[in-house]
Amino acid sequence: MNHPELTPLLLSLKVAALSTSIVFVSGLLIARFLTRRHFWGKHVLESFLLLPLVLPPTVVGFGLLLLFGKNGIIGKWLTEWFGVQVVFSLTGAVIASVVVSFPLMYQSAAAAFSGIDRRYEDAARTMGASEWRVFWTISFPLAWPGLLAGFVLSFARGLGEFGATLMLAGYIPGKTDTIPVAIYFAVEAGQMDKALFWVIMIVSLGMGTTMWLNWWSRRSVRRFANTK
Amino acid sequence: MLYVDMQKRLPDGVLHARFSAKDEIVVLFGPSGAGKTTMLNCVAGLTNPDAGLIRLGDTVFFDSDSKKALPPQQRNVGYLFQDYALFPHMTVEQNIRYGLKKGTNLRLAELLASVGIDRLLDKYPHQLSGGQKQRVALVRALATEPDILLLDEPLSALDADTRRQCQDELLRLHEMWRIPFLLVTHDLQEAERLGSVILVVQNGQVLPHGPRRSSESSFHAGTAHESS
Repeated sequence: MNHPELTPLLLSLKVAALSTSIVFVSGLLIARFLTRRHFWGKHVLESFLLLPLVLPPTVVGFGLLLLFGKNGIIGKWLTEWFGVQVVFSLTGAVIASVVVSFPLMYQSAAAAFSGIDRRYEDAARTMGASEWRVFWTISFPLAWPGLLAGFVLSFARGLGEFGATLMLAGYIPGKTDTIPVAIYFAVEAGQMDKALFWVIMIVSLGMGTTMWLNWWSRRSVRRFANTK
Repeated sequence: MLYVDMQKRLPDGVLHARFSAKDEIVVLFGPSGAGKTTMLNCVAGLTNPDAGLIRLGDTVFFDSDSKKALPPQQRNVGYLFQDYALFPHMTVEQNIRYGLKKGTNLRLAELLASVGIDRLLDKYPHQLSGGQKQRVALVRALATEPDILLLDEPLSALDADTRRQCQDELLRLHEMWRIPFLLVTHDLQEAERLGSVILVVQNGQVLPHGPRRSSESSFHAGTAHESS
């Protein structure tokens, strides 16, 4: 790499992009599955899915360490079978990001899906559309503004993830030092100008994302905004 | 010929419905909450009765004895929803083409012109008046070339003049299509103007209300004996 001092930016973008893709698909599917079903224990399951939103990131990180650590249930299995080590790796940073940003995507998607008037889907069914077609032509486009909001929030959350990432992926310069972690250790080492650089960087990224989200959602909603 | 003999538990009481309909306009008339819309939904397959048999010609839609419930996609039912349920993110043309069958020889242009909506094809639902929406929804339901048309309070949202026009149109379209129309209303005048047969849905029962053209209709309601 030509500019090793810029690795935190690249790592952050990489982690956020990967985790957002995972979270977008899984959050969408799980939300879709849960919104139209009622079963025993649904509320417990939903609360569990939203838990990372209210827990301190260190607690989430601690839980992930228990699962993915060298002697953790999943971590041990991954090392033995695939030779993959999650702790102190970029994979660990992605996992931490996924877990903390999932609730944001799930909540947005669940609200978006349950906000759709059920009769649109019913009308499509009576017109002979398969469940697959109903989803892609009716549910997905009508839920799109909410799904997009969930996507952007998850991305922003993934970009700014600090606590759980530090617990699971640690701080290895050039390998797991995402921007938030880099800021913390720069301040720790008294390198205030370096910290300030990354602070400005992440504030601009955050501003850019939210401004783009506002612009885009207004644009995509306007097309059929006047429906009652 | 539609044959319905069903039981369904409603929020306040149990609905017992037993009637049959030839290629005529059968009006379900009664106070709200009596289960009229539920009966349409049972015929369409959007919900199922608790027990009974629903059959259209030789096709069994629902049979609790053999635990059979045909999915709505396979019933070939046209359904005009209350408030129409036009897809808000699609143009009039996309709405109408949504349920069009492959290799259809339906003369769509003729149908569009006959109700005067051929100039609205590139409009979105929120740009239409109430009467226009009603006509689009009607054409959309007929475009699937259904074997039966269900209409849930199709005219209740319209002003008096438009309502009268639309009533005439419905009678004219029924002449053209010659399939059973099952129409829900709580307006007695409308029921009398449109229905070849009027069924009163009240207190969990479906009873005849002096059929106007009893000689033409093969109509049984409540108990199995002929009404005249």
